[in-house]
Amino acid sequence: MMQFMLLFSRQGKLRLQKWFVAYQDRTKKKITRELITLVLARKPKMCSFLEWKDLKIVYKRYASLYFCCAIENDDNELLTLEIIHRYVELLDKYFGSVCELDIIFNFEKAYFMLDEFLLGGEVQETSKKNVLKAIAAQDLLQEESEEPKSFLEDFGFMVGSSGT
Amino acid sequence: MPTVKGDGMRGLAVFISDIRNCKSKEAEIKRINKELANIRSKFKGDKTLDGYQKKKYVCKLLFIFLLGHDIDFGHMEAVNLLSSNKYTEKQIGYLFISVLVGASNELMKLVIQSIKNDLTSRNPIHINLALHCMANIGSREMADSVGSDIPKLLVSGDTIDSVKQSAGLTLLRLLRASPDMIPIGEWTSRIIHLLNDQHMGVVTSATSLIEALVRKNPEEYKGCVSLAVSRLSRIVTASYTDLQDYTYYFVPAPWLSVKLLRLLQNYPPPEDPSVRTRLTECLETILNKAQEPPKSKKVQHSNAKNAVLFEAINLIIHMDSDPNLLVRACNQLGQFLQHKETNLRYLALESMCLLATSEFSHEAVKKHQDTVITALKATLNIALKCLRPQTERDVSVRQRAVDLLYAMCDRSNAEEIVGEMLEYLESADYSIREEMVLKVAILAEKYAVDYTWYVDVILNLIRIAGDYVSEEVWYRVIQIVINRDDVQGYAAKTVFEALQAPACHENMVKVGGYILGEFGNLIAGDPRSSPLVQFQLLHSKYHLCSPNTRGLLLSTYIKFINLFPEIKPSIQEILGSDNNLRNPDVELQQRCIEYLQLSTVASPDVLATVLEEMPPFPERESSILAKLKKKKPTTVPEGGEAKEKEHRVIPQAQINSSETAAAPPPAVSSAISLGVSGGGGATVDLLGLETAPSAPSSSATSGLNFLLDVFSDQPATTNGFDSSVSNSGLTPGAEENYRKFICKHNGVLFENDLLQIGIKSEYRQNLARVGVFFGNKTTFQFTNFVSDLVLPGNLSTALSVQPKPVEPTVDGGAQVQQLFNIECTAEFTQAPLLNISFMYSGKLQRLCLKLPVIISKFLEAAEMNSEAFFTRWKALSQPEQECQKIFKAQYPQDTEQVKQKILGFGLSILLGIDPNPDNFVSSGILHTRNQQVGCLVRLEPNKQMQMYRLTIRSTKPSISQALGGLLETQF
Repeated sequence: MMQFMLLFSRQGKLRLQKWFVAYQDRTKKKITRELITLVLARKPKMCSFLEWKDLKIVYKRYASLYFCCAIENDDNELLTLEIIHRYVELLDKYFGSVCELDIIFNFEKAYFMLDEFLLGGEVQETSKKNVLKAIAAQDLLQEESEEPKSFLEDFGFMVGSSGT
Repeated sequence: MPTVKGDGMRGLAVFISDIRNCKSKEAEIKRINKELANIRSKFKGDKTLDGYQKKKYVCKLLFIFLLGHDIDFGHMEAVNLLSSNKYTEKQIGYLFISVLVGASNELMKLVIQSIKNDLTSRNPIHINLALHCMANIGSREMADSVGSDIPKLLVSGDTIDSVKQSAGLTLLRLLRASPDMIPIGEWTSRIIHLLNDQHMGVVTSATSLIEALVRKNPEEYKGCVSLAVSRLSRIVTASYTDLQDYTYYFVPAPWLSVKLLRLLQNYPPPEDPSVRTRLTECLETILNKAQEPPKSKKVQHSNAKNAVLFEAINLIIHMDSDPNLLVRACNQLGQFLQHKETNLRYLALESMCLLATSEFSHEAVKKHQDTVITALKATLNIALKCLRPQTERDVSVRQRAVDLLYAMCDRSNAEEIVGEMLEYLESADYSIREEMVLKVAILAEKYAVDYTWYVDVILNLIRIAGDYVSEEVWYRVIQIVINRDDVQGYAAKTVFEALQAPACHENMVKVGGYILGEFGNLIAGDPRSSPLVQFQLLHSKYHLCSPNTRGLLLSTYIKFINLFPEIKPSIQEILGSDNNLRNPDVELQQRCIEYLQLSTVASPDVLATVLEEMPPFPERESSILAKLKKKKPTTVPEGGEAKEKEHRVIPQAQINSSETAAAPPPAVSSAISLGVSGGGGATVDLLGLETAPSAPSSSATSGLNFLLDVFSDQPATTNGFDSSVSNSGLTPGAEENYRKFICKHNGVLFENDLLQIGIKSEYRQNLARVGVFFGNKTTFQFTNFVSDLVLPGNLSTALSVQPKPVEPTVDGGAQVQQLFNIECTAEFTQAPLLNISFMYSGKLQRLCLKLPVIISKFLEAAEMNSEAFFTRWKALSQPEQECQKIFKAQYPQDTEQVKQKILGFGLSILLGIDPNPDNFVSSGILHTRNQQVGCLVRLEPNKQMQMYRLTIRSTKPSISQALGGLLETQF
């Protein structure tokens, strides 16, 4: 079972974190720091797997983002690489050529997508079509239920801020 | 600002942009604090917020949290969102809960209520939201309150596929949180049959669930084997167009295939011949496909295909029954070792290691074992290549190669493998050097036919990687040289030569010093290594060495005085030099004074006795092996012998029975032994530098009594650094806390500002398993953490204890466990003592606690009717068999509490025996290995007087007394 998945930038900024087992917040921060340092220090041609404590780390870099998963000893490393790839494909299809900014600004979507694909640290649905269909169904509900908000109302709380 | 998907919360997007535009960390924090203040005032304000606004603010809090800041409010608003009838509000609410709210949060009851409501929704998308939340944070509480609904959702014909998928994995999560909720009976077969479901997604998710169930209860679920095999067979024979979207880069359903192959690894090879044949065909097909040309050049294709292949090979190794498949697997892995993909080389080495350490137990394999081993050995040269930095550039792959070569090594190839490892040790990465050194040392010892080769290997190790040679390694070479007289002359000659190098490692000086001190005489005949030359050679290194090594060399010198009386004056001159006699290092100064005195006072005969050659060390498991095991517990293959002896290797927790702890070393001569500890003596101080050398006490032979005088003015060792513990006494509060455990097995044994110590124990007849949990309450690390169990008095014969080691460091906020397996052989009254010491911010902390292992813990409640009770009661009529106590109640005389205490003490509550219903009548059997003692107890409360009368009868007077003493304090 996958224990957690971290997305971070080449600069070491955490962009997304998904924990499939319960850790204390403090431990999460410690693990994150440790792994970001460890993975960023590796040379490009090195193998994508490493032993870490009693877990195996599988990571892959896509453009400026590192995807890093921690799996248990009897999990399959190569297939975990393809879990990462399939997730990237899903994001790519949904956002249309995904980039780091999409994930920053739409982090909640990235989470919803992950929940459709992986659940409880196991692969739930591998069909790209089915995952995207589920997300599209959510978006449809969203449009039905949302009255478009006026621009002003949205900015109402930001009195005194320079805005964009 | 990039476009935002969906409805878009513009306020959120603006906020995110603001944060990204911050030029400094300070600016970012300022912006965040402003936003937090804003949100807080909105949440507190009088104006009620609409759902959209709540959602937006909750989402902002989530974003701030993900930036790494703590969020301490907003939870209630998020929970409110759950009951919104707008989907997106609900969804953000659930997301916040999943990311930010721990299962222990007090809001969890409300969350569970919302989940319950959503599970009954008519809209499957809402049901899935609730399921996803449970799968993300599922807890025991959730399992208890909602868990029973999930299996229904999973197997019902009315449930749509996507809900079934989520239900399967949600159930898996709840099962992990609450292991006892295994659905069995009617559910079993319905869950197993999900493997036949038409929807591949449902099968994918169900397979993970089934594997978890199988691990808990393989017998109940064994029907899944044939279904899994036939599903697998349908997949591997499918063409890539058959499975449509479940084909991944031309590989049919790789995720499902891998899950099925893993599921099958929980069972032995199928018994049913047709299922077995079908499985073999599947595995063959997978191996065949590996030889076909790739259908795509994309790495995704080869990764997915090889992922299935590796899992198939794992299954082949696990089944361990078909030599043909094993040989094919081995050949395939051999091919991968030369593959240009680093990932494949890495994994191939890993799998080969598994193959090399698997037992080849099955009969069919035994016959063909040679074929398999030959196939494995054929890859040796390729594996060796993976070790060399010139050919293998990735250190993690080289690390795997070390593991594999270690596993593959046997008598036939040991010289080659050890030679190769030695050659690449020098250029090996720092990260793997120490482990390589350990492995080389172990292999050299294990497969040495000729011990001169062994000595050469170890000396080479020290020469090449002296810094990485741990103490265990050089202790071991000395143990072996001392125990084998055929190699002593060679060892002396070789170390002498090695010491002639202008710069030699301090470890070499230690080994050299020790060996020459013992066996220098064997090479003294050669004028090139005459006694004086040996002495001068060693002494030329003396000033470059650390005090530890100097201490060892001084012992060598005194041994030289015995071996070579002719150089006594030169040595005495050194011992008596100002530099040594006034050395600021107390230990060195003391040694010089004592050795000088000894060499002056003692007659040659006495000297010869005292400084006699070291007696052989008792044969033990190599301490190096123990060290390697500690370093990498999973990768050290254990022989039966190693297992059998495992309990002797006790790196951190040593048992000292107080009698043997004070006992002198076995041989008189070792009063001035050079200080090599035997066996796994990691805790035994090497040179006795920290405690003064132990003087021979009672067992010293009469002729040597003067030695007592020689050593008598040695400074007493003090441990005055401790304030809270007197030298022998218990830590304050230890006695009271110990008493609390008389009627319970689990609880907190000790707590102060730094440390909490908890106890969890289980007893079965005369056996006990006691777990001691050390929790570091500070944010700093404890180092040198040692916890020793001491058995005072006759306890060492009454209890046999097997402690597990405890880690020497305890991180801030972390908890470590020490486990004791205890057997009670005879009755006892004293308590084992737990001596704990550790360093906290530079100060030594010590505790001495009584471990609540009490004789009454080995009581087992016994039931009997009134007739049997009275017969036995009357039979135990000797006055000494009875113990009666009359005492005042310390606690309220509450019937229920008293009952709980009696039960907790290990006795039964027998009803309808005593005519007065207020009285308690109990019985139990006390188990020790040697005997079982029946005990009868009667407790009569007198509520007016607030008194009790307690009467205990048992066959053994001492037991009656002991139990009476214990029970008396409890009511």
